Amino acid sequence: MADPRVIVVGAGPAGIRAAAALVEAGLVPTVIDEASRSGGQIYRRQPENFTRSYEQLYGTEARKARALHTCFDALRHRIDYRPETLAWAVKDGRLHVQSGMTAEALPYDALVLAPGATDRMMPIPGWTRPGCYSLGASQIALKAQACAIGEKVVFMGTGPLLYLVACQYMKAGNAPVAVLDTTPFHRQLRGLALMAARPGQLVKGARLIAALRAGGVRVVRGITPREVTGGEAGVTGVRYADAAGRTFHVECTAVGIGFHLRAESQLADLAGCVFAFDPAVRQWLPAIDAMGRSSVANVYLAGDGVRVLGADGAETSGKLAAQAVLADLGRPQPEDRTRRLLRDMERHVRFARGVARAFPWPHDKVAAIPDETLVCRCEAITAGELRAAVTALEAPEVNRAKAFSRVGMGRCQGRFCGLASQEIVAAACRLPVEKAGRLRGQAPVKPLPIAVTDGGSHA
Amino acid sequence: MQARFRRLAEKERRAVVLTVDGEAVRALEGDVLLTALMLSRGFARMSEFGDGPRAGFCMMGACQDCWVWTGAGERLRACSTSVAEGMDIRTHVPEGIWPIPA
Amino acid sequence: MRNVSGQADVVIVGGGIVGTSAAFFLRQRGVGVILLERFLVGQQASGTNFGNVRRQGRYLRQLPLANRSRAIWGRIPELTGADVEFMPVGHVRFLWADEQLAVVEKYQRDAAEYGLELHILGRNAIRERFPFIGPEAVAGSWSPHDGHANPRLVAPAFARAARRDGATIVENCEVLSIDRTGEDFTVATASGDYRAPIVLIAGGAWGGGFAAAMGEPVPLDVAGPQMGVTEPLPYFVHPVVGVSTKVPGEVAYLRQIPRGNIIFGGIARRNAALDEQRAKYDPAGVQAQFRQILRLVPALKHARLIRTWSGVEGYMADDLPVMGRSAKIPGLFYAFGFCGHGFQIGPGVGDVMAELIATGATTTPMEDFRIDRFGGSVPVRAHAP
Repeated sequence: MADPRVIVVGAGPAGIRAAAALVEAGLVPTVIDEASRSGGQIYRRQPENFTRSYEQLYGTEARKARALHTCFDALRHRIDYRPETLAWAVKDGRLHVQSGMTAEALPYDALVLAPGATDRMMPIPGWTRPGCYSLGASQIALKAQACAIGEKVVFMGTGPLLYLVACQYMKAGNAPVAVLDTTPFHRQLRGLALMAARPGQLVKGARLIAALRAGGVRVVRGITPREVTGGEAGVTGVRYADAAGRTFHVECTAVGIGFHLRAESQLADLAGCVFAFDPAVRQWLPAIDAMGRSSVANVYLAGDGVRVLGADGAETSGKLAAQAVLADLGRPQPEDRTRRLLRDMERHVRFARGVARAFPWPHDKVAAIPDETLVCRCEAITAGELRAAVTALEAPEVNRAKAFSRVGMGRCQGRFCGLASQEIVAAACRLPVEKAGRLRGQAPVKPLPIAVTDGGSHA
Repeated sequence: MQARFRRLAEKERRAVVLTVDGEAVRALEGDVLLTALMLSRGFARMSEFGDGPRAGFCMMGACQDCWVWTGAGERLRACSTSVAEGMDIRTHVPEGIWPIPA
Repeated sequence: MRNVSGQADVVIVGGGIVGTSAAFFLRQRGVGVILLERFLVGQQASGTNFGNVRRQGRYLRQLPLANRSRAIWGRIPELTGADVEFMPVGHVRFLWADEQLAVVEKYQRDAAEYGLELHILGRNAIRERFPFIGPEAVAGSWSPHDGHANPRLVAPAFARAARRDGATIVENCEVLSIDRTGEDFTVATASGDYRAPIVLIAGGAWGGGFAAAMGEPVPLDVAGPQMGVTEPLPYFVHPVVGVSTKVPGEVAYLRQIPRGNIIFGGIARRNAALDEQRAKYDPAGVQAQFRQILRLVPALKHARLIRTWSGVEGYMADDLPVMGRSAKIPGLFYAFGFCGHGFQIGPGVGDVMAELIATGATTTPMEDFRIDRFGGSVPVRAHAP
């Protein structure tokens, strides 16, 4: 019998650990990754001609980054590795991929999806101005390009990445002008009990904030973003309100914004996986069992692309998903190992719940953004137009509001406006967000060249 | 327009010269196009819908906000395309590519 | 005894473009209407189709209906108060083969008798007029008064206008059975019964099941179109573009909206299932589709596809819809099975059905679309040029 065909999508912490476990079991998985180099986003590698050390690049996580990269480099020639390849659709047991100007359909016996996460975004008036980036982008500019997004930077939003990126900028000699957090301090304390599941991580987080303070960086909590100010040439500042409602303006040349993360769950959606609403993060996420099995028989989900646990959780979930694949292929795994991984996983899930509680998505602020705010960056559609789809055109849920207004119909397919538009539509419909529908995914996951030629299908 | 990014390290790399809207722009090998654009012009493209310049947003190929043109009408995602010597990058739709009826 | 949730002169089963426009035009005639829609109005074929407001190429004896509908298209803003992005920019069908010229020329002559203006343009004329066309095209058939509209907006616009004018529109309301009880029909749903002396079945691909339950089975296949849209590009393809060909693999169509996106479809339709709420797009067919699109408009070679979709459509064995009164049950009417080209005629069908129901007759010839036309034998599939 031919070896089972297992495809892993994503070469970040989850995908690499899944692939490694499959190789260890004697399989030759195909690993599809959009990037030219493995590592994913958090352990993203710099270009080959860059020279900074692991310590400079990854700080306290240098050891883990090196371990992951080493793990992949050892696998490199024992897998069918396809970098710079987009998985753009999945249907009927075939993964549709594109690389350059070639497209093909890859049949699989098991599919492990580990596509990672992107920043969760609150639309803010002026957020399309040159100089305004996501927190993820701010970090990538530094890690992968050795650049700051600007000379005078404000970081705004909420979540662990807000403080991590601010610290990384400070250490790189480009200390931010201010860090503006939408979460009030007392709220952040509410996540402590759960975050104590991983005391080491908790201490690291506390140290970040202390370092910022020691470095003289202004940290303001409980703010409401009002506007990214500027002109034709781009960002000139940030206007925000403090907890008491007083408005302030901070001058800057760049802004990094992010509100924790959202799972890249489009492929799971296209594969037909059942989704469930997770009230802790106010997102629809693919349902999985403890091992990472989705509701579709041969589709497995791992890493931040199914639920945001962070890099360590992603590594564990990748290993678990591989174990599930192997068990389902009739190659049972040592039980003690599975038990250990599951125990680890419990800690990661508990910690992630704490993070979600400590840095909540400011959904009430999102629902209340001014009418003139561009919600959909791709199609340049405002919150007012989206609300009119509900009030004037009587859309009763999010997909219909999308169909009427074009919010979420552009190149990014709702990645950066989808969660906000759900909040805005739900508020306009006077419904709880989970009752206002779930945005359906549509292929392609990312833009597909019309001129692609058929690279054939591997039977 | 103005430079918006700031180089903090890795400055000792081989220079690469490309053109942006016909003007020579010096970048370094290993830069992605968006970096080169944000160190020179300060934006990447004009929005199709008249709301001004755009400069990308996510730097990881997800938001699709930084698609630029080449002089030959090709489309490049600036955050995930490395610079190469002699690239002819346009922040506006190049003329002569589209058979627009008179 | 089940509770009666509503009573009216007419119950319409199905809220696509036909059902909603019929509701609207019935209200214009003062008839009381309840419309029951299984999902949301205009969600299936009516909302997911290509958006073609095309008369040329239609079955000739459908042209009076298409002309009547075309007149309504121009008045939709005035009738419903909504802009459905209708653009009468014309429709051109290109030919890849000289042999096809005789076919379109004959159609031009025949269609002229029904008042449809068509111009056959030669090799040079098409390039002068439509500079985007690829080098292989040998001629074109130009219909200057056709155009396109946004399918996502049309049925909901008629539904809102009908409701404004007094119709009851019930969404997320699946019809379970239809029974004739005395003078009235009882239309049973999960949320109660609806009663009316007249029922119009406008259930699209689901219409066949209702017709069969009423003792009038028809040959109906269910399929979904394969639709895609590009990123916004400079606005350079102004008319709706199609192909006149005998080769099924060459059937492709596209249109551009002034925002810049190019919407396209064609080649293969895929099987769809009535028990799924959404027909699924099949990525396997995309390259064959791309090849035909690039053949029509080579300038798209650098463009990118950003979104795809499908919907549930009902196809009759002879490629013609079922429209008119039941052959068996008084008070029962049908308008379904539009075979992937119901969008243009949709508002006209609604108007005709309203006229037929309200006055007992219509001035538009509808004989060819009778439900009992299939009798015992299934006719040969009609092919439009």
